[in-house]
Formats: sequence, C-alpha cells, structure tokens
Amino acid sequence: MSGRGTKLLTLALLAGGAALMLFPLWWMLVVSLETPSNAGAATVEVGAISAYPSDPQWGNWTAAMRAVGTVEWEGFLDALANSILITFLTVTATVISCSLVGYALARVRFRGRGPLFAVMLGTMMLPPQVTMIPMFLVFRELGWVDTILPLVVPAFFGNAFFIFMFRQFMAQVPEALVEAARLDGCAHLGVWWRVMLPMCRPVTAITAVFTFIFVWNDFLGPLIYLHSEEKATLAIALNSFRNQYGGLEDVQYLMALSLITMIPCILLFLVAQRQFIEGLGSGAVKG
Amino acid sequence: MARVTFDGLGKVYPGGVRAVAGVELVVEDGEFVVLVGPSGCGKSTTLRMVAGLEEITEGALFIGERVVNEVPGKDRDIAMVFQNYALYPHLTVRQNMAFPLERRRAHGGWLSRLVSGSGPEAREEDRQIEAEVTRAAEVLGITDLLDRKPGALSGGQRQRVAVGRALVRRPAAFLFDEPLSNLDAKLRVEMRSELKALHERLGATMLYVTHDQEEAMTLGDRLVVMDGGEVQQCASPREVYEAPANRFVAGFVGTPSMNFLEATIADGSLCVGESVLALDVEVHSVDGRVMLGIRPDRLRMGEAGESCLLRAEVIGVEDLGDRCDVRLGLDGVELVARRPASELARWAAGSSVHVTFHPSDVHLFEPGPHGRRLN
Repeated sequence: MSGRGTKLLTLALLAGGAALMLFPLWWMLVVSLETPSNAGAATVEVGAISAYPSDPQWGNWTAAMRAVGTVEWEGFLDALANSILITFLTVTATVISCSLVGYALARVRFRGRGPLFAVMLGTMMLPPQVTMIPMFLVFRELGWVDTILPLVVPAFFGNAFFIFMFRQFMAQVPEALVEAARLDGCAHLGVWWRVMLPMCRPVTAITAVFTFIFVWNDFLGPLIYLHSEEKATLAIALNSFRNQYGGLEDVQYLMALSLITMIPCILLFLVAQRQFIEGLGSGAVKG
Repeated sequence: MARVTFDGLGKVYPGGVRAVAGVELVVEDGEFVVLVGPSGCGKSTTLRMVAGLEEITEGALFIGERVVNEVPGKDRDIAMVFQNYALYPHLTVRQNMAFPLERRRAHGGWLSRLVSGSGPEAREEDRQIEAEVTRAAEVLGITDLLDRKPGALSGGQRQRVAVGRALVRRPAAFLFDEPLSNLDAKLRVEMRSELKALHERLGATMLYVTHDQEEAMTLGDRLVVMDGGEVQQCASPREVYEAPANRFVAGFVGTPSMNFLEATIADGSLCVGESVLALDVEVHSVDGRVMLGIRPDRLRMGEAGESCLLRAEVIGVEDLGDRCDVRLGLDGVELVARRPASELARWAAGSSVHVTFHPSDVHLFEPGPHGRRLN
C-alpha cells in the first residue's frame, strides 16, 4: 500500500475511533437541550436522536442547577464549592508531597533508601478497597467522618504511583545540575523547589491533571465520609439528583447537570495537554 | 582571592577503594594550577573534594587560613564550572547568572517580599545583583544573550554563561572540571585563550582539571600530573616537559608520547643493544638497568659512523600536514620520530634506517611504569 493510502486508512481509523468516543458526549449534549418529550424519546430509541436540537432549551441547564438539593441553587453551589475545595487541596498536596518524596528517593543518599522505595512500590499492589474499612475505622476514631479531612489529608502523604513517576524523572536530571545548585547556595529544599520542580513540569502536569480528574469525579470517597447535604461534592449531588430526577420525563436535566459537572475536566485537559507533550530538559547540559 | 592548601588530602570510598592519596599542594593566591592525568587518576575527585561535593576522608584542606573539611560547598567561597555546563534550563541567562547571588541575598527573599514588600535594602541589593551580572556579561561578551534560555545557545555560549555564573560570585577560588571537553576542537582553542586572558585580567586563584595535556600546558602556571590517585609531579609546564619526574609523567606529557627503550649503564656509558653512548652526567642505577626515554622530535635519523647508532625498520609514516611521524620498529619496540614534512617521501615502509640521539636529549628512568628520573 502506498504511503498516502496508509495515511488515509490511519486517518479513517482515528476518525472512527474519535466518533465512537465522542458519541455519548454528543448524545448527552443533544438530550440536555431537548424538550421533555423529545428527550425521553431520544433516550429510549436510537432513531429518535436528532443531530442537533431543533429548539434548544438552554433553560434546562439553569433549571437543573437550581433543582440540586433541597434549597434552590444552594445545593448546587455548595456541592461546587466543596468539589473545588477538595480538588484544589488534594491536587496541591499530591504534587508537593509526591515530588518531595520523589526527590528524596532520587537524590538524597540515606540509609534504607532502596528498601523504602521497594516498600512504597509494594503499596501499589494493594487495591484501595482492601484498606477502605481500616481507613474508615481510623478516621472515625479521629472524629473526621463528615468532614473533608479523610479526603484531603491522605494526599499530603503522597501517592505511590506519582512518587514513582517523580522519582524516575528526577533521577534522570543530570547530577551536575544538582551539584551546581548546591554550590550556588541551595540546600535540598532549595534544589527541589528551584531546580527540580520547574524541570519536572511534564510530570507535575500529569500528576495534577490525573489527580484532578480522579478527585473531581470521585464518588466512593465522598459517599463514605461525607454525609450531610451541605458537605456533598458534585459527584454525590449528581447521584442524589439522579435518584430524584432519574425518570424519562426529567432526563434532560440529568444530562444537563452531568455535562456541567464534566466541563472543568474537559477544560483542564485542553489547557494542560501541551505540558504532556513538551519536555523541559533541553539546554540544561550538553546533550 | 585566596591560597588553597592541600595537606595530605586523601579519599577512600566506602568499601575501601582509594581514589586519592596524600596530596600535598599549595595553590598560591592568583595562581592557575592545572590537575592533569588520564581517566580515573583522581584529578576530578580531588577537585570535587575542594568543591565540597566529595567528603574528605584523609588530611586537611585549607582555603585561605580556614580548614574547610567540614564546611559545606556553598559556604567555602568557591565557584565551579562543570564539564556539561549545568545551566538551569528553565531560567534565562540573566537569571542563571544571578542565581548564586539571589541565594545569598540578605534582604528581600521571596518570603519577606511577600510579607512586607521590597524595602530600600532589597532594592539596593537588586541593583547590585544586576550590576554584577552586567559586569560579568560584559567581561565574557554575552550581554546580548542575557534574555535567552540555555536551550537557545550554542555550546561555546553556554560555556561562557557557566563561567559567568562563577564570575558574579567573586569567589576565593575558581574550580573548573574539564570545562572545554564538550566543545569542538576549534572552539576549544578559542575558549582556552579566553580563559587564560580572563585569569590574567582577574588575577584569581584557579584550579583546573583536564585530561588534555595540550590544554594543561597552555593554561597552567603550574601542572599537577596525577596517576593512580597520587601526585606524580608538580611543576611548571616547561619543567614537566623537559625534566619529567618519572617515567609516567614522561610518557603522559607530550604528543606523540616519549619513546622508551631498555638500556644498561656501565662505566658512565649507556648501552642500548649493541650501541654505546657516552653520557655527560653521572647516573646511578641499582643493577645497571635503566629505561631510556627520548622525545620523538629529538630522535634523529643518523648516518653510518655516528655514535649510538640503532638500526630500525620503518613501519609506517603518518602525514600531519606540516610534519610527519615516522613509526619505527626496533627489536619489537615501536618508536616514533617526528620529522619535517619535506622528508615525507624519504621514508618508505619496510625500509631500514639508522636512528640516533644526542646525550643531552636523553631521559633516564628506573625500570617500571613509575620509575624515578635518574639524570
């Protein structure tokens, strides 16, 4: 096959895959803007889905936000604020703790570094469900249930996978750069903050984006620890909303709220994707 | 500026591997001393001990009057230029050069700026840092590069920035760890003369490590030739070349390397194979066996009838443009004679020639790879 033919086939496959992936999103968007009767029909019958709503009901979106929780608007805004707070704290804590531990494992010589690294990697083998009940018991004893602490505090203690990523990345930074920084007057914390962290922008971006997506969409954690309505995150609020407006006649509201919940993740991915691709190591040392 | 004194400096790694042993050296204030030797000879380890990047396990190191064995590198008042530049890739040239000064500022760190804004002292310090960076950039001719990032610079420019980062500190001593070895040959020669000029201009104490003996000869006020973790000779480049302290130094310094032949001493005369050469100095050897050394440019192609005439076979000729190296075989030992290019056609591989040398050009050493100089 000619190069042009291969290229066309690749493009066709990619386009097909992209269409398959985007279909649910597009379907949600269409249904969220339909009138109640059309939305119900589009949910049960594939043939009833139109390419775009003939009469877009933008009011569905505000109506959905207004209807979250028991008090108009308040339920939605509380959930939004809670999600933002928990996500911001967790992302910041994860980046700081994982990069610090990664730096120590990559660059600080201390007794027991190897075994500690192995033990840390070992924790990746444990499924989170295994530690769920013991963790709950610990947090209950601490009196942290129905606060955001059980969701945020563990992030300050790192995450094995991201520590591993930081450690691998930092181990590749030329030793001379660290030595130069130390002679220039930096202690370990200074080297980490002024040299390593800026050079680890791709890893930092990956850690931040993945953590953001995971925490923003996390359902199980908030479900276990957050019980009051005013403490709920968007994921919990969305679930309560589904219980309340899950019927065919209200499906456009459910879709609207689901879409609204997704917007930050989509925006973040668009903003951060350059960081995934771009390395920053060029020019540091003779390459 | 300061004098750097090595008092029996040594380094033993955990596990017992000895990298450096008993280095005794005084680098005078303003002197340019080059540590030179083959890979693994301990020169870089020695320099890194001065920098504080390697722990000193034996002896004492003085910078000025102060023992600095336990002082962290950042507090030793030294600046180091690394082989691979070690520029911070996320900072501009200006920020790279200001980096060591920013770390040392007494006022207006980011925390105090955040709390109370920048006061007059902090602004004065800003001005001083800016002035230092500008001065260093002017000295090195990189003023127009100040706002670029290292990724956008050529190798030579990066090396200048690395030197600039050391220069702004006005340190007691500069340390250079093979700073030119990543540059191409032409640029290396250029940068070499720039460094020499910089030293003359600053009058700073400089300690320089290289494995390139040409670089060592041209740059250093004094050379410290090292091998096996020990100092083999410490002297001016001229003395190291003309009167090498032992056979290792003789073989290491000079291109092509010095030729060596086994010989014996008897009654004030030197016997090489069948030939005898009267010596103009008295030489004592334990059992009469010596190692004779002769530089390739001093090996003469002789005529029959001369004294100490050795018969050799031409193995090959290497044309170097302005001169040629004639490779000779003599009883299984390979010798090199450096001849003018005009003689290129005279020496055909396989032909037989006579070689000789003047008694004053002969270096005599005890047998063995580190045999002491005898004459």
